[in-house]
Amino acid sequence: MSDRNLNLVEAVNDALHGAMAADDRVMVSGEDVAESGGVFRATEGLLEAFGAERVLDFPLSEIAIVGTAIGLAMQGKRPVVEIQFSGFMPPAFNQLVQNAGRIRWRNRGEHSAPMVVRAPYGGGVRALEHHSESLEAAYAHVPGVKVVVPATPADAKGLLRSAIEDPDPVLFFEPKRIYRSFREPVTEGDHRVPIGEAAVPREGSDVTVIAWGSMLHYALQAAENLAPAVDVEVVDLRTLSPLDRETIVASVQKTGRAVVVHEAPRSGGFAGEIVTSINEEALMYLEAPIERVTGFDTPMPMLAMEDYYLPNPPRIERAIESVLAG
Amino acid sequence: MSQDAHGFSEAGLGPPTADFDAARLSQGSDAPARYRFVEPDGSYDPEAVPDFAVEELRDIYYWLLLQRRFDERMVKLQRRGEMGTVATARGQEASVVGVSFGLEQRDWLLPYGREPAALIRHGVSMRDIILYWLGVMDANRLPDSNSLPYAIAIGTHVPVGVGYAWGLSMDDEDAVVTMMMGDGQFSTGEAQTAMNVAGVVDAPAVFFALNNQYAISLPFSGQTAANSVAQKALAWGLDGIRVDGNDVLAVVDAMRRARRRARQGTPVLLEAVTYRLEAHTTNDDPSRYRDDAEVDWWRERDPMDRFRSFLESEGVWADIDEDGMREEIDERFDRAREEVAAYESGGIEELFEYVYDEMTPALRDQLADLEAVLEERPDAAEYIEERPKG
Repeated sequence: MSDRNLNLVEAVNDALHGAMAADDRVMVSGEDVAESGGVFRATEGLLEAFGAERVLDFPLSEIAIVGTAIGLAMQGKRPVVEIQFSGFMPPAFNQLVQNAGRIRWRNRGEHSAPMVVRAPYGGGVRALEHHSESLEAAYAHVPGVKVVVPATPADAKGLLRSAIEDPDPVLFFEPKRIYRSFREPVTEGDHRVPIGEAAVPREGSDVTVIAWGSMLHYALQAAENLAPAVDVEVVDLRTLSPLDRETIVASVQKTGRAVVVHEAPRSGGFAGEIVTSINEEALMYLEAPIERVTGFDTPMPMLAMEDYYLPNPPRIERAIESVLAG
Repeated sequence: MSQDAHGFSEAGLGPPTADFDAARLSQGSDAPARYRFVEPDGSYDPEAVPDFAVEELRDIYYWLLLQRRFDERMVKLQRRGEMGTVATARGQEASVVGVSFGLEQRDWLLPYGREPAALIRHGVSMRDIILYWLGVMDANRLPDSNSLPYAIAIGTHVPVGVGYAWGLSMDDEDAVVTMMMGDGQFSTGEAQTAMNVAGVVDAPAVFFALNNQYAISLPFSGQTAANSVAQKALAWGLDGIRVDGNDVLAVVDAMRRARRRARQGTPVLLEAVTYRLEAHTTNDDPSRYRDDAEVDWWRERDPMDRFRSFLESEGVWADIDEDGMREEIDERFDRAREEVAAYESGGIEELFEYVYDEMTPALRDQLADLEAVLEERPDAAEYIEERPKG
């Protein structure tokens, strides 16, 4: 198979085309996904290629988008729905908690909800209020649903194909700040990346920086800025739930120091779960307290202040220097 | 027969019938009638139009023009990169201005983003509206106006507005809460459940729906199988009113009646049937999902042309100096932009203030840490884009 140079949103689009061609049970619905091809163009061309029965512009209701997808999945379809911005997903939380994450367990395996909810998430695109949130930790707290966050075009394609074929419901959060920020070669045709496995895009021996989504690239930038004086290893989590503790623990056992980066609010953020995992399995390897670089315990600010809120490479470098000094 | 020994009765359960069709509810094939005085071609029955003072007619035209001109200036700024995403109300000016002229200053107006003229008439400063679209948090303070921040998360303001209205009625305030909304928001659970509750608690509330036929790309026919927004009021025990949203005098009159009715304890769902001539926001390209012919058909029903024609027939137009009005509006906009340029941000503390009544220890630590970062790492500024000034 050859490669094509794609950016992240093109890779999502490519995965959707491939999955719909491969399995006619796959359907796409959401707000503005059909006629206009999605506000970020992630679903471009699907209506033309697969028709209005499988690609549907949906009424304005996150509850119904997610809730009907659960029913369709239980009935035998493979819905892949889009929530236009993850900031608007909270009304659907009830459906995720009561039904998506629970039906297999309640119904003792008689029914299940193999479905994907895609949602652009995160800040940095100068959007209006309520368009830039990062609530992944809340969803990772829900038993029975998986939470996936790609950080590269190749992973976006491979993870989305895996998510669509996964027997369980998957929330697929797409870092919209880097939808179009760079391209990389992506395998044409079938390409899958397993859910539940972190990646190590940069190996190092001094300190482990763990990140996901758009923050991965700031972590890599910080590592680059500190090299060669500091040899930073960067872990791209890729899946938050189920968590790949093995990769995290192996890295920290090697480096003895760790920094966790996320743009979501600090308190109750997913860094807490990662730090706990390290404490449970690698505490004795630690040579310094773990640091977090995060957003603040505030609502996501409006665009004039959002860059102050988001972590950036200098903040990450400062945290790395701090754990090295510890 | 229908009343037993315990006093229970079938009265109120509805009359019984063996005719199945009499027991079947259906919306029928036509949408309900629209309240309208002036036809799209400008003709009207003078007997049917309520009395408006000449001064008020002139005033209404001024605010229609202000709404349109404000939108034009904002879009121009956005195109030049001096403004964030902007939503306009082109083609819907009569609905925006109509709702405003139907309200009293003591009423509450909960906006959804397309009604600068109504907000300015309700006491919001033009400076703050511009600052809002520049993403400045202070712009949501809205001092000296009975208004609240825009309902950007669609439908979320409706339960809140109903609660606010309920509270006003408990305090015997002579005020109603008017919530602005589009046709899409009637699909949300929050809006629907709140409108139901409004009827139960007799909230003095008006739900003002700008049915501009589109929720971004989705036409009204894809949003719901219902023939209208207004008919949804029946299911919740509210009054539903449909008005031609491009006939400004009909909107004003309908809004005044709706206000009175709501004040008496029957909430009203008022649907203004209109059309979004421009994109959903400056980020949207409507050519992807609708035909020019449809837009042209509605352009011929432009609310300002219709009102102007009415003013001409009434002999009022001759006294209106439209160029002078436009000049005055432009100067007003320029002054507001100067105020925007002069606005000084409260700095990074703005981020941490108002999360709680009192800043928590964690927030204080985080603020101190951010201050330290900015001090120790001047290179962090490379990642921080400031808002455009003025």
